[in-house]
Amino acid sequence: MMNLADSAPVTNNLLGSEADSQRTLYPYVTGTSVIGIKYKDGILFAADMGGSYGSTLRYKSVERLKSVGKHSVIGASGEISDFQEIMRYLDELILYDNMWDDGNSVGPKEVHNYLTRVMYNRRNKFNPLWNSLVLGGIKNGQKYLGTVSMIGVNYVDDHVATGFGNHLARPILRDEWHENLTYEEGVKLLEKCMRVLLYRDRSAVNKLQIAKITDEGFTLSEPYSLKTFWDFNAFKNPTLGAEGSW
Amino acid sequence: MFRNQYDTDVTTWSPAGRLFQVEYAMEAVKQGSAAIGLRSKTHVVLASVNKASSELSSHQKKIFKVDDHIGVAIAGLTADGRVLSRYMRNECINYSYTYESPLPVGRLVVQLADKAQVCTQRSWKRPYGVGLLVGGLDESGAHLYYNCPSGNYFEYQAFAIGSRSQAAKTYLERKFESFMDSSRENLIKDALFALRETLQGEKMTSSICTISILGAGEAFHVLDQETVQRLINEFEIVGEEPPADEAAAPDAEAAAEAATEGAAPDQGAAPMDI
Repeated sequence: MMNLADSAPVTNNLLGSEADSQRTLYPYVTGTSVIGIKYKDGILFAADMGGSYGSTLRYKSVERLKSVGKHSVIGASGEISDFQEIMRYLDELILYDNMWDDGNSVGPKEVHNYLTRVMYNRRNKFNPLWNSLVLGGIKNGQKYLGTVSMIGVNYVDDHVATGFGNHLARPILRDEWHENLTYEEGVKLLEKCMRVLLYRDRSAVNKLQIAKITDEGFTLSEPYSLKTFWDFNAFKNPTLGAEGSW
Repeated sequence: MFRNQYDTDVTTWSPAGRLFQVEYAMEAVKQGSAAIGLRSKTHVVLASVNKASSELSSHQKKIFKVDDHIGVAIAGLTADGRVLSRYMRNECINYSYTYESPLPVGRLVVQLADKAQVCTQRSWKRPYGVGLLVGGLDESGAHLYYNCPSGNYFEYQAFAIGSRSQAAKTYLERKFESFMDSSRENLIKDALFALRETLQGEKMTSSICTISILGAGEAFHVLDQETVQRLINEFEIVGEEPPADEAAAPDAEAAAEAATEGAAPDQGAAPMDI
């Protein structure tokens, strides 16, 4: 199954760096932060729908939250094409799991650790999947939420985020997250974080989705946008009194 | 079974549609010393008779821990059993490494069966000459499976394989309906009684039996000799009839006390027994 990952590069000293053209060196189309939190009935994720091409906000309908089997959700930031590749791996994993047809199923913990192995192995071959992933879910009432980075760093927590979300959203969550958030409270908390990211992250776009997973199943909201307020005094006449301004 | 012209290799069918080499492999299982398994909703007990080939030698290991949640008891060519146990341990450890989760026993058993099937369809191989009683935990509870040299596998409430296993099966057939809700202690007790049946009157001591157990919240482990001897004494197995139900037990207890005093722990132990 892992052979899909990368075929052996053509190594031939006469042609030199042809082997290098097979490795990921930099990302091209990227998604920004994903945030995930545990709440009373399960897990809530939020991510915007932007796919940036460098500094251009090029694609605005990229779904960065996907369900994985019956019990898990994945959110990805980083290279979108690598996320699509990861989804192929996961769909295959779920397919083989379903084919056993034996009452056992892979839960979020198994998916998270499988992804960790994939990401770390790719990192060791200097050909990473350029993503930071958030993986969460609930199985038999047990909630699970974790993250994996492109170098294979993995951990679990009550709230996780990728990229800028770590710097802007986690501090808010550390103060305001608690067990037994209701669905409404959870969404409000995520929106608060997403609003800060919208103001402060240049790769954020104002079109987001919320994903929810509970024992009943997975739902993905229709895309919507947040209300923003730009009428701050500090934003009026920003160059007033600045060096060289008039 | 008698020799005939269709039994030379495993890839030859007989006109009656049989693969004699596979059937001969199943005979090898019947020649091995007995192994028994039983399960409740939450526990699986595997037990085996250990016959040393002489008083000077130690006995062969017939029960293997495969993982915390899976154990296997074998009967037949123990060398084949050892190799398959290593395969099972490898599969479990690889799964655990990738998924940080225990391999469901139902899936391991299918992999084992597929591996056995390969040997029934290659001209340069022979079937494994060992039957495996695999006990383990799954999402849906405790399970007991029997894997054949033929590549078939079956799930059981209780089963016995090896020589004189029919006597144990007869005992288990009488009692199996109560096993699902059995307590841990009663399950062990029934295993000991079933094992006793295969001894056909021979003195039952802890030096010739091995008992192992696994369950929800209890990792697979083999019970040590003192525990087993104490259980044997407690359950008044030495020379006594098994109680038909709980009520009969207290009466037998007083009578058996005196009889079991003489069963010293080292009696009948081969010199190399640890």
